Amino acid sequence: MSHPAIDVTGAGRGSFKSYLTGFVLSLILTAIPFALVMSGTFSSSMALAGIFSAGMVQILVHLHYFLHLDTSSETRWNVLALMFTAAIMVLFVGGTIWIMFNLYHRMM
Amino acid sequence: MMTTEASTIGITHNEKVEHPDAVEMQAFGFWLYLMSDVIIFATLFAVYVVLGGNYAGGPTGKDLFELPYVLGETLLLLLSSFTCGLVMLAVRDGKKNSVLIGLAVTFLLGLGFVLMEINEFYRMIAEGHGPSRSAFLSSFFTLVGTHGIHVAFGLIWMAVMMGQTAVKGLTPPVQSRLMRLSMFWHFLDIVWIGIFSIVYLMGVM
Repeated sequence: MSHPAIDVTGAGRGSFKSYLTGFVLSLILTAIPFALVMSGTFSSSMALAGIFSAGMVQILVHLHYFLHLDTSSETRWNVLALMFTAAIMVLFVGGTIWIMFNLYHRMM
Repeated sequence: MMTTEASTIGITHNEKVEHPDAVEMQAFGFWLYLMSDVIIFATLFAVYVVLGGNYAGGPTGKDLFELPYVLGETLLLLLSSFTCGLVMLAVRDGKKNSVLIGLAVTFLLGLGFVLMEINEFYRMIAEGHGPSRSAFLSSFFTLVGTHGIHVAFGLIWMAVMMGQTAVKGLTPPVQSRLMRLSMFWHFLDIVWIGIFSIVYLMGVM
C-alpha cells in the first residue's frame, strides 16, 4: 500500500470517478441557473429561487468532490472552521443587508 | 521519478519535512487562510448587495453584462478546477510528466479566464463605464476584480510549481505545495459561483 505525503490531508482521497462526478454535477448546476435567466420565461422570484438553490448545491458539490470535505475525522477541523466562517459570513452579510435596507426605507 | 514509498518517509530526500505532521498542519493552516479570504469576499459581496442598485443614472447590469460571455468564463474556470483535481491524482500516483501536462492545461484555462475578464473590464472602461461611474460599478469592479487578482496570483503560483516540479521532482514539500495550490484553485471556483449567481445572473434579471 502506498501513502504519498498528500494522503493525510484528504486531497489524496479523490479518484477520477469522484472528480468526474463533481465536474458533471457542476456543469448541470451551472446550466440550470443560466438557462432559467437566459430563457426569460420564468418569473423573477422563481428564477431567483433557482439561482440560489443551484448555487448552494454547487458549492456543496465543490466542497465534497473537489475539496473532499465530509464527516470523517480527517477533515473534522476543516469542517468546523468552515462552519464558524459560515456563521460569521451570515452575520456580516445578513446584518449588513438588514441594517442598510432598514435605513434606506426609513429615509424614504 | 520518485516512488510513492519514498514520498511517505520524506527524510530520505534532500528536502526534509521537519515534522511528521507537517503536511497536514500546512494544509490546515492554509485552510484557515482560505476561510479568512472567504470573509474578505463576504464583505465585498455585502458591499455589492448594498450599493449594487445605485446606478447614478448610468448603465445597469442589464445593459452591461453578456450572459453567454460569462458562461464562457464560468466553463473555463470549472474545467480548470476539474483538470486541477486530475493533477492531484497524478501527484498521488507519482506521475511527474502527467502533473506537468495537467498543470500546463490548468494554467492555460485559468489564463483564458483572466484574459476574458481583462477584456470585459477593458471594454467597460473604454465605453466610459469604469469604476468611477457609479456606486454599482465601483462595487462591481472591487468584487470581481479582487477575484480576478486572486486567479492571477494563482497563475503565478502555478507557474512556479511547474518549475519546482520539473526541477525538484515530486518531493514531499513540492507535493504539499501542489496540494495547497489545488485547494486555492478550487476555492476560487467556489467564489466564482457566488459571483456569477449574485452579480451576473441577478444583475440581468
